Amino acid sequence: MTQQPAITVRGLRKAYGGVVAVDGIDLQVEQGEVFALLGPNGAGKTTTIEILEGYRRRDAGEVRVLGHDPERNERAFKARIGIVLQTPSVERYLTVEEAVSLYRGYYPNPLPLDEVLAAVGLAEQRKQPVRRLSGGQQRRLDVAIGLAGNPDLLFLDEPTTGFDPAARRNAWDMVKNLRALGKTVLLTTHYLDEAQELADRVAILVRGSIIAEGTPAALMGRETPTTIRFRLPPDAPDLVQGLPTAGAATVQDGYASLATMEPTRTLYELTRRATERGLELEGLTVTRPSLEDVYLELTRGREDEEGTP
Amino acid sequence: MKDVVLALRQVRYENRAFWRNPPAAFFAFVFPLLFLVILNLLFGNDTISVEGGEVSTSTFYVPSIAALSIINACYTGLAQTIVFARDEGQLKRVRGTPLPAWAFLAGRVLHLTLVGILLVGIVVVFGAVFYDVDVPVDTLPAFAASVATGAAVFSTLGLALSGLIPNADAAPAVVNASILPLLFISDIFIPLQDPPAWLDLLGDLFPVKHFSEALQTAFNPFQTGSGFEPAHLLVMAVWGVAGAVVALRTFSWEPRR
Repeated sequence: MTQQPAITVRGLRKAYGGVVAVDGIDLQVEQGEVFALLGPNGAGKTTTIEILEGYRRRDAGEVRVLGHDPERNERAFKARIGIVLQTPSVERYLTVEEAVSLYRGYYPNPLPLDEVLAAVGLAEQRKQPVRRLSGGQQRRLDVAIGLAGNPDLLFLDEPTTGFDPAARRNAWDMVKNLRALGKTVLLTTHYLDEAQELADRVAILVRGSIIAEGTPAALMGRETPTTIRFRLPPDAPDLVQGLPTAGAATVQDGYASLATMEPTRTLYELTRRATERGLELEGLTVTRPSLEDVYLELTRGREDEEGTP
Repeated sequence: MKDVVLALRQVRYENRAFWRNPPAAFFAFVFPLLFLVILNLLFGNDTISVEGGEVSTSTFYVPSIAALSIINACYTGLAQTIVFARDEGQLKRVRGTPLPAWAFLAGRVLHLTLVGILLVGIVVVFGAVFYDVDVPVDTLPAFAASVATGAAVFSTLGLALSGLIPNADAAPAVVNASILPLLFISDIFIPLQDPPAWLDLLGDLFPVKHFSEALQTAFNPFQTGSGFEPAHLLVMAVWGVAGAVVALRTFSWEPRR
């Protein structure tokens, strides 16, 4: 039996009033995959994920999630997904294990309590009242509740927004645990490093449209220039002239910066010239484009007054 | 059947969470008793005329504060906690699980009804011990039926009101504004002896007075029958149905932004 995709979306559209939030997107998420919807605030990430979760009705397009149409709000569908919303909202006067148990009881085949707590790293806090948890722990509890029903597919809406770096690292480890459990995960984020770190595939969503999609590696391997940087010897400013670069070299604070589509040839030419003159290129670095560069490149000019990514 | 078990399970968890906040639970119980004590201090030596004769004001206040207890738990309590849960995203979260919506709501309504009934019991016992107000025996079935009707009707109205409240910050003000004036003109705080006709009529339009009077009848020592008040219960039921219609139209699971 061939595996059906966990999520298939064709031509999805959604507008609020006259404002288009999602403007005809296509998506396919395979089973067992961690898929990231990456984009700036207001790009339509949450609208998209909430349509897939069954909270919102679409205006147009086809959506299949685990073989169901989420809009129909079928109980069998709800039993197979786990939802982690943006805001923590667990009954504050229950303990961690009571809260997870409460939600486990809603599902036909829940994950054992100990496994849930271990997966999110809350085993030690199991007897603590929810209201005494730190922000990061509350978020873990949210994920624990999303996991309680042993879902085939877990939705994580901005799982680390507002976290300090250590808490983010912990949350990332948690998502990696989910992958180890074989769960399909759809997460939204506006952090590039998060998508790069966690996702098998990434779709970049800007203004309701997907402008790029692929593995983080493929996205980074796109036609984006490599940057060569070094301290420009004061007595040899002509060193950078006539090199095969994309655009002119820039010099700032004594450092020359070259963008090139042919890093091998540019670097060869540069080092040949330097060697011939007996010059050492201090602080020489060659930087592959990060996902961030790709993202900024792709989103440049597509955002007007929107927030920074 | 399995869903009924789920609803009952909700009651258990609601109940557990309720008692975990002792100050809130304590004052939920003290509040009606406080009214009972203060009103008795103020007016306890008076008598008022009821059908068949005169009774002490205490005999009036025990059933009226019993009515207040149910209204507090089922109407005020339900409307406020539902709006808070909605604003916090709790309702939205539950909506994303296979738990049927009705099971969640039934759990909360039942829990608050149990709190209300417990309060009624406390008020009745308190009245018997401290104010010598006889606990009705012959009319107990009628009293219980009226309490149950009141719980159902005021829960429905509480749900309806929650749909009309925009956010948690507005909840206490809206809930109080909707119920406090009625408590004054509906024989809860004050036994209106000779109200102007229009005020009497106004009270008759709303369900609070009918609820209070149905409970009064059960406590009337001159009562010879079973004490059932089908006319009062019918008016309440009409309100209940109206509340259900509004609730179905306005209830929302997501925070209003």
